[in-house]
Amino acid sequence: MSRALILGGSRSNPDSNAGADMQVDLAGIPMPSPILTASGCAAAGRELDGFFDITRLGAVVTKSIMLKPRAGRATPRMSETPSGMLNSIGLQGPGIDSFIENDLAWLNQRGARTIISIAGETVDEYSRLASKLRAAGGFEAIEVNISCPNVADRGQVFACRAESAAQVVQAVRRNSDSRVPIFAKLSPDVTDIVEIADSVIKAGATGLSLINTLLGMVIDTSTMRPALAGVTGGLSGPAIRPVAVRCVWQVRQAFPQVPIIGMGGIRSGRDALEFMLAGATAVSVGTAVFNDPKAPARIHDELAQEVKARGFSKVEDLIGYAHRSEDAPIPVAPESSALDEWDFITE
Amino acid sequence: MAQQIVSEILDNRRVGDYHVLSLTAPGVAETVQPGHFITLAMGGEESSMVLRRAFAIHQVTSRGVYGGTLDVAIAIQGRGTKWLSERRRHDTVNLVGPLGRPFTLPKQGVSCVLVGGGYGSAPLFLLAQALRDRGCRVDIVVGASTEDKLFGVLDLKRLASHLTITTDDGSSGVRGRVTDVLDDVMERAGADVVYACGPMPMLAEVARISTKRRVFSQCAVEESMACGIGVCMTCVLPVVGDDGVTRMVRSCVDGPVFRGDRVRWQEINTIPADAFGAPDAEESA
Repeated sequence: MSRALILGGSRSNPDSNAGADMQVDLAGIPMPSPILTASGCAAAGRELDGFFDITRLGAVVTKSIMLKPRAGRATPRMSETPSGMLNSIGLQGPGIDSFIENDLAWLNQRGARTIISIAGETVDEYSRLASKLRAAGGFEAIEVNISCPNVADRGQVFACRAESAAQVVQAVRRNSDSRVPIFAKLSPDVTDIVEIADSVIKAGATGLSLINTLLGMVIDTSTMRPALAGVTGGLSGPAIRPVAVRCVWQVRQAFPQVPIIGMGGIRSGRDALEFMLAGATAVSVGTAVFNDPKAPARIHDELAQEVKARGFSKVEDLIGYAHRSEDAPIPVAPESSALDEWDFITE
Repeated sequence: MAQQIVSEILDNRRVGDYHVLSLTAPGVAETVQPGHFITLAMGGEESSMVLRRAFAIHQVTSRGVYGGTLDVAIAIQGRGTKWLSERRRHDTVNLVGPLGRPFTLPKQGVSCVLVGGGYGSAPLFLLAQALRDRGCRVDIVVGASTEDKLFGVLDLKRLASHLTITTDDGSSGVRGRVTDVLDDVMERAGADVVYACGPMPMLAEVARISTKRRVFSQCAVEESMACGIGVCMTCVLPVVGDDGVTRMVRSCVDGPVFRGDRVRWQEINTIPADAFGAPDAEESA
């Protein structure tokens, strides 16, 4: 696409970007933005829609839904940590039937693209979740949460073992429409994330979501007991960003053709860019939403500025760009370009 | 509908052990009802404190050039509230509000008893005024561990038909707790409704006394929150619905005001075995 065309397109919708083409293709899903919500940090989109237009997002990634209604874990469920937070919500939710009837119906009626996160306690539960979703339709992709740390039995974290991770993904793949992309959400709490990625790709995952929270713990020094009722919890927020970027980098290097949704502590357009440079096609904004309910929309706009400031016209051209060879030319940001001129005219 | 705005601090003053911040809130203050709360982001854009803090709305004023403004009372409890207490006039802070379900007000001029523990009395000011405007009798009971931890007693005296003060150490008013005097106050006032805000054990006791007397109670809870807007599921507590089913509901959007007889006070911080979606007995064993 020529620059003139891009500008022409953006002119008709001047608030959607700052001159950069923000469209991405995520495993065949065309998206107007690489910015998604993160599972568990946006419920099913309805609350955030009061703060910004959720149809502007690449997609709403819904809170992991299970087969049956689930009350979650006892409170306290949250503890703030340096540049992050620890949570042990425990997948509280209404169950898949209520989700399809209420939340998914609302998302469709609202016109939002939707990636549905599913979680189960057994391989069979994942199969049944996928079957129910296949029957329901009305979503773009499935994110298979095999890495929630807030389950009673840590041995049940499927993503911690290559074999169990693959079994779940295979079960979801078999019970889903073959055209529906499946993203496996992996845990960073493993010795070699590339090995787990390899197993789920072989089992039929279309792409990978990297990363889930890190297992952590806080002790309240006034009560001298664990701060969370669940004792341990998942660490999220900017504190985990370098771990997440490392995981995206390693997996991208091993499987350059496999689309990645990157997440872990993204709070600005600069942070989103870092994940895309590491190899993410799209990024999920999670904990930042708790601090700034408009964070996904703000980060989209900031990312557009970051892309433009580096002399790029399309955000897609930056995906995996940090992996380029040593002798690749360094792009020069345009000091005075057609882009700046156009901005000047519209102002 | 909640708004997110950059608010300017107009005033930061000490009131006993607390700070009261006056904040510009155009588009927010105008829609505030008694019991609503706001959240504030802590420490600026690059802050290491990633979670907002929730504050009950204490007062709402219209101040000419600023449009609507609102006041919140702050108790210094940690890094975030300490940072906030150090803000000065003209500093800015990111504000979201109004949030939550407010108190339900009676249609007729009935007799109301308002109970506040510590700075839990802060949201009772707007409530007392609204009730008086409806022709209600308003009796107020406030208590704290010690005199310095009472909030806004002088102004409450003006708003109340009768004000009762309790302190644990007897430094002001009756020695004891608000719940020690509540039965008598309700009896004297002929209370039809009780409104309360304060620590959970106090609310539990207020609800118990009210229910025993067959009086309708509304309690504003103070649960730890992460988002304040209903997406994170941090601030849940077990509440019995109209259908008799107990659910883990969110304080931020389903509350913070709950019917006292509907909250399972003794089972806060647990998942009751009969709650909707509770683990099956054999699974949790």
